[in-house]
Amino acid sequence: MSDKSRGAYWSANLRIIGISLVIWALVSFGFAIILRPLLSGIPVGGTDLGFWFAQQGSILTFIVLIFNYTRYMNKLDREYGVEE
Amino acid sequence: MDQFVINLIFVGASFALYIGIAIWARAGSTSDFYAASRGVNPIVNGAATAADWMSAASFIGMAGLIAFVGYGNSTFLMGWTGGYVLLAMLLAPYLRKFGRFTVPDFIGDRYYSSTARTLAIISLLVASITYVIGQMTGAGVAFSRFLEVDNTTGLLIAAATVFAYSVLGGMKGITYTQLAQYCVLIIAYTIPAIFISLQLTGNPLPQLGLFSTHTGSGQPLLQTLNEVLVELGFNDYTGHHGSTLNMVLFTLSLMIGTAGLPHVIIRFFTVPKVSDARKSAGWALVFIALLYTVAPAVGAMARLNIITTIFPNGVQEQPLAYDNKPDWMANWEQTGLLAFEDKNGDGFIQYYNDGNAPAFADELGWEGNEMVTFNRDILVLANPEIAQLPGWVIGLIAAGGLAAALSTAAGLLLAISSAISHDLIKSMLNPNISEKGELMAARISMAFAIALATYLGLNPPGFAAQTVALAFGLAASSLFPAIMMGIFSKKMNSAGAVAGMIVGLGSTVLYIFTYLGWFFIPGTNMLANTPDNWIFGISPLSFGAVGATLNFAAAFIVNKLTGDAPAEIQEMVEGIRVPKGAGGAVAH
Repeated sequence: MSDKSRGAYWSANLRIIGISLVIWALVSFGFAIILRPLLSGIPVGGTDLGFWFAQQGSILTFIVLIFNYTRYMNKLDREYGVEE
Repeated sequence: MDQFVINLIFVGASFALYIGIAIWARAGSTSDFYAASRGVNPIVNGAATAADWMSAASFIGMAGLIAFVGYGNSTFLMGWTGGYVLLAMLLAPYLRKFGRFTVPDFIGDRYYSSTARTLAIISLLVASITYVIGQMTGAGVAFSRFLEVDNTTGLLIAAATVFAYSVLGGMKGITYTQLAQYCVLIIAYTIPAIFISLQLTGNPLPQLGLFSTHTGSGQPLLQTLNEVLVELGFNDYTGHHGSTLNMVLFTLSLMIGTAGLPHVIIRFFTVPKVSDARKSAGWALVFIALLYTVAPAVGAMARLNIITTIFPNGVQEQPLAYDNKPDWMANWEQTGLLAFEDKNGDGFIQYYNDGNAPAFADELGWEGNEMVTFNRDILVLANPEIAQLPGWVIGLIAAGGLAAALSTAAGLLLAISSAISHDLIKSMLNPNISEKGELMAARISMAFAIALATYLGLNPPGFAAQTVALAFGLAASSLFPAIMMGIFSKKMNSAGAVAGMIVGLGSTVLYIFTYLGWFFIPGTNMLANTPDNWIFGISPLSFGAVGATLNFAAAFIVNKLTGDAPAEIQEMVEGIRVPKGAGGAVAH
């Protein structure tokens, strides 16, 4: 593997990690805590959307993030011929 | 059939299963012992990781933590799951590619430094030993409650069982018993939850039931819960009380700490490929989420159930008479974990927040909260009785609670013993030890670790509960940043990493000891542990994230001053970053 494609593979990896962690922070620290007052107008079963994100939504988002990352990286590994 | 006999059958059958698996999965090599020969299916490893992760505290304590605080303790739900995103993307695949057996192995080799390795061994041992004390005491309590033996006997039975399958099978035996333990604990947790959700909302899925209409009141369950709690002078369930900054930092500390705990990380050394390590983290979170999304529903429903049991006709009407209390209250009263005191002598039970008593309390002649003790840990254990489920469900809960405690204990014991036999003996003291000699050393250190954990479980230091903060603080402030920089900053040198670990560890330990006392000895704390004294309102439990930040900062400054890591180390890091060529287990 050349240095150049090595660099491209790594930056693609860093980009997907960066995007994933922005979403990771947004649903947990954002929607569930800091931004909760902004979402208080959206009712969910006797409470608001922020509460749902704190006790259910963030966990479900985390699962989607990991599987999405896995799928993306498997594709990337094949593209660069570095899969096992 | 007598409840005792039912419990005995469930617990006995599950233990026979664990020992059977241990005999089937004997370890023949160090690779078997430390990493199950890297042959574990990623989904199986996911379930084993879930059992490894979910301790007695998760199984028994989580619902109670949420029930008595509500929204504020969502931090535990997000913190203990969000860490897996960090694991999947920042640590697990690269460590699997690196192909060694332990966390200090990576830190020592990556930073070409025995000081770094030693700091990692110390952090690992302190974090894992403090963590294992709670598991052994938890197992002892579960035994004594369900099998009517005394605490000591219970603990010794638990220790003997863990000994049988972990000394014999190492990681291989532990992995397959953890798979069985996961099945036992998740079934035990879910069945009562489904019944309670059906009773309260008509919805069989607790995750949906939590946001459904409460059949008793005809309005949303959480709205009803908020109303009765506020009426009784408690904080509303869904409201945000306390510092936002502290809530964010606490969640972040739990996430980073989760990702940095060695007994979780080493589970990802057991899968065949790098891509399996990523996938396995996803499955681990799926299996964990099955319990963690049910726990908040169990918490809210149990809280409402208790209040409606005590106030069957509304909170301003006549409460439950002490003599008419249900059997489960009487049963738990005998354990001392639930206690009533008829302060106004009227024979009825009044349960409310007497620190913020509602206006009608005086008019009705209430003279203080009469449910004087309500241990939050009994919620899950009492759930089947509260929901009036048959005796076999109680037997299942007994087996489930023990499965949760034993599976976590075994994972921790493996992390401890491999740090001793592999990192201390093989890497530092006697590099020429034979494969057979190292396997024997691993078994002896495992036996030693079990003996130590049993001793500490029998004589728990008074500070046992607080030390969990220390375990997470250490993992977050020393191990996580060191591993992450080792992968993502190829120029990071040994001086930077060592400085970072010392600053991270030092600041976190100092902050914790300032408020909780030096070595947790009561009375030696320099400041009272109250929000007014905390710097920027950051509690000692939330400091791990700050310690991690200081670790990163110190490492980068020292690295800038002392020059980059040698070329061959940078080349090694380049190698870790691509999956190709991971292959089998590499001993060095």
